[in-house]
Amino acid sequence: MSESRAIVLYLHVHQPFRIRHYTIFDAGQEHNYFDAPSGSKENNADVLRKVAAKSYLPTNERLLRMLNHNPKFKLSMSITGTVLEQLEAYAPEVLESFKHVVATGRVEIVAETYHHSLAFFYSRDEFEAQVRMHREIVERIFGVTPTAFRNTELSYNNELASWADQAGYKAIICEGWDPVMGWRSPNFLYKPYGTNNIRLLTKNYKLSDDVAFRFSNQHWQEYPLTTEKFMNWANASWDQPLLNLFMDYETFGEHQWEDSGIFNFLEHLPKAWLQNQEHTFMTISEASESFEPVDELDIPNTITWADTERDLTAWLGNKMQQGAISSLYALEAPILASNDLKLIEDWRRLQTSDHFYYMCTKWWSDGDVHAYFSPYETPYVAYMNFMNAWHDLKFRLAEKGIEV
Amino acid sequence: MKILMLGWELPPHNAGGLGVACAHMCRALASQGADIDFIVPYINSHPDIDFMRVIPAIPADAREVMKHSGAYDSFYYQSKTGKKHEIAANDYHSIYEASVDRIVTLGEYDVIHAYDWLTIRPALRAKQLLGIPLIVNIHALEYDRSGGGYGNPFVRDIEYHGMMMADKVVAISQHVKNIIVREYHVPESKVEVIHNSHVISGLNNQIAGPNTYRYIEMMRSVGYGIVMFFGRLTIQKNLPGLLRVMQKVVEKHPKSMLVLMGSGEQELELVELAAELGIGGNVIFVGFQRGKEWRDMFGVSDICVMPSVSEPFGLTPLEAAEFGVPNLISRQSGVAEILSSALRSDYWDVDDMANQIVSVLQNKELATQLSEDGISEVSKMNWDNNASKFLNLYRNQLGYAA
Repeated sequence: MSESRAIVLYLHVHQPFRIRHYTIFDAGQEHNYFDAPSGSKENNADVLRKVAAKSYLPTNERLLRMLNHNPKFKLSMSITGTVLEQLEAYAPEVLESFKHVVATGRVEIVAETYHHSLAFFYSRDEFEAQVRMHREIVERIFGVTPTAFRNTELSYNNELASWADQAGYKAIICEGWDPVMGWRSPNFLYKPYGTNNIRLLTKNYKLSDDVAFRFSNQHWQEYPLTTEKFMNWANASWDQPLLNLFMDYETFGEHQWEDSGIFNFLEHLPKAWLQNQEHTFMTISEASESFEPVDELDIPNTITWADTERDLTAWLGNKMQQGAISSLYALEAPILASNDLKLIEDWRRLQTSDHFYYMCTKWWSDGDVHAYFSPYETPYVAYMNFMNAWHDLKFRLAEKGIEV
Repeated sequence: MKILMLGWELPPHNAGGLGVACAHMCRALASQGADIDFIVPYINSHPDIDFMRVIPAIPADAREVMKHSGAYDSFYYQSKTGKKHEIAANDYHSIYEASVDRIVTLGEYDVIHAYDWLTIRPALRAKQLLGIPLIVNIHALEYDRSGGGYGNPFVRDIEYHGMMMADKVVAISQHVKNIIVREYHVPESKVEVIHNSHVISGLNNQIAGPNTYRYIEMMRSVGYGIVMFFGRLTIQKNLPGLLRVMQKVVEKHPKSMLVLMGSGEQELELVELAAELGIGGNVIFVGFQRGKEWRDMFGVSDICVMPSVSEPFGLTPLEAAEFGVPNLISRQSGVAEILSSALRSDYWDVDDMANQIVSVLQNKELATQLSEDGISEVSKMNWDNNASKFLNLYRNQLGYAA
């Protein structure tokens, strides 16, 4: 090993199937929960094409250029089944651009649930089925088989690590959150508690969020963030082997707009980093095999990469969210028994975590409506559409004579 | 700062929400140092008001005056001499206006603050006599009262005149401001929005124990969902629309009932329409209620609906929220601008309102969430911000005048 230090850049790509304005009068009549009319905020094709134009296409173009110009540049990406399906249907040229990037051989695709769901916490069988579905679509589209795992919203605990270890993954990732790290730095490789072979990479959330959340914030005292400044911060931990920069892919062009200079920042990153001969880039799996774990990390309670709480409360914090998700998983046995593939797929699309996020009221009664990123006017509307679709799932089961 | 406030009513002599809002606002203003003389058009006393001076303008009983404050009614009286004479709102406005000549000598006033068309004539007289800034505070317009129509031209004229002559117009919601600019053509820059607020009554623990509405309680215990409306049964409130919504609700959720609490000129028409729509058995008219009878209704309601065509503000949803009852409110209302934890709909969208009501009746967790969020939201409300905004506005106006 000639290099002493690697950036592990990991980008997450996802779009849900948003539920249309679906009323109780539609239930039992129309089963097209995800077909919002064109021009409405919940229209999935519209959103996908908009994000593709602002983020996917320009970012892929740059990633490809970065890969071509810097032989040592590598990255990892997770890309959900629900977004792959939508790319195939609404923007095949965008899917092609992802394929070109992956075809360089220096982009690792990370495993996860096909539906970006919280199934791990509700049904192990369903969770495994969705991980399998995701592997199959990744193999079909990209011709690669994932060897590293991430769970929805980077939700993580010891139990998940044990599962991934037994499933044969080389690596798993989580938030390098201070309360679980203790005195440890996120810039090392770890072994999850109670596992044998798997390794754990922890997100350097300070440096990651400087890019993902703060980059264009003019009130931030470090604004504007230049590559040079960022390199200085990165070099402060020169004696630590990893720098795990994990973020949403949509950071580039969608969360941080092009006019903020985010694309130039991205494109300069490998050049600036690789000026030092001892620096390199690694994929998640590669990093897990290149270093020895320095310690075992014990994380019994679930953490995520979200909010200041780093927990699941944005998805499961209120009564609507808890009620909706448990109602959905309560249908698991009858839905699967129906053998109706369309019905099963609709049920799975409803498991996507975004639906529960849209029901979040954490910021709502404080009047901080700007913190509410959702296609719906209120969290209550999100819940109503969801539950009406749920009522319709029951209707479809009853129609088949299946008792619910 | 000495304020001459020209009002129409204060609790307990109020016929509507205006008096309640005035009392809360003035209490907050007084606590921030304002010295208020509040003029009312009757002689009755206000035992709960000790934070400002209340001065009668008309030597009459409040009940008499309130009877004549409508824009459409007039009454005949026969005096002892046998002479008949007619009296209507305009006559009281004239007496109020005449009394201003005496009132302005009672203090050294800095600004005049007047409410709605009822007090515009005396307000303009006061401004003429004192030459100090006049703020016209609009809580309701003839446009709203007539359900989005032209209404009584006489009232429209007074409103228009008052707003044009005022130094500043304050609307209690953006909704009202939009109407002032669109329908009355008052320059937008002259109109400021200072929202109404709410103070919790602390009465929500008083709906425990034996409830007045035993029949409704019983229906609920066998699975009925209760939809509630509080307010006047008048065109502004869109009650024929609500009955059509209810017809759809009953179709999806047969065990549901609508309770209408209030009185008004549409009552008979509504009884007839409910029967015509085939939901006569699902609609209950309980009339106008106060006190325990009013409060207890919140204890047996699953959702409170305010489907108004045009509602300047709308106090009822805040009261319902305080009692933990989920709300569905018309987007064409001022309260929709400040209450987050409510369901909203356009007043004309019968399907959407029905869908949302059924959702609340069928999904316990939605009802609970709305209830808890509503209680938490209204418990944070108070009038202090509104009072500071008014004090700033007074100061700015005085800057201009000086």
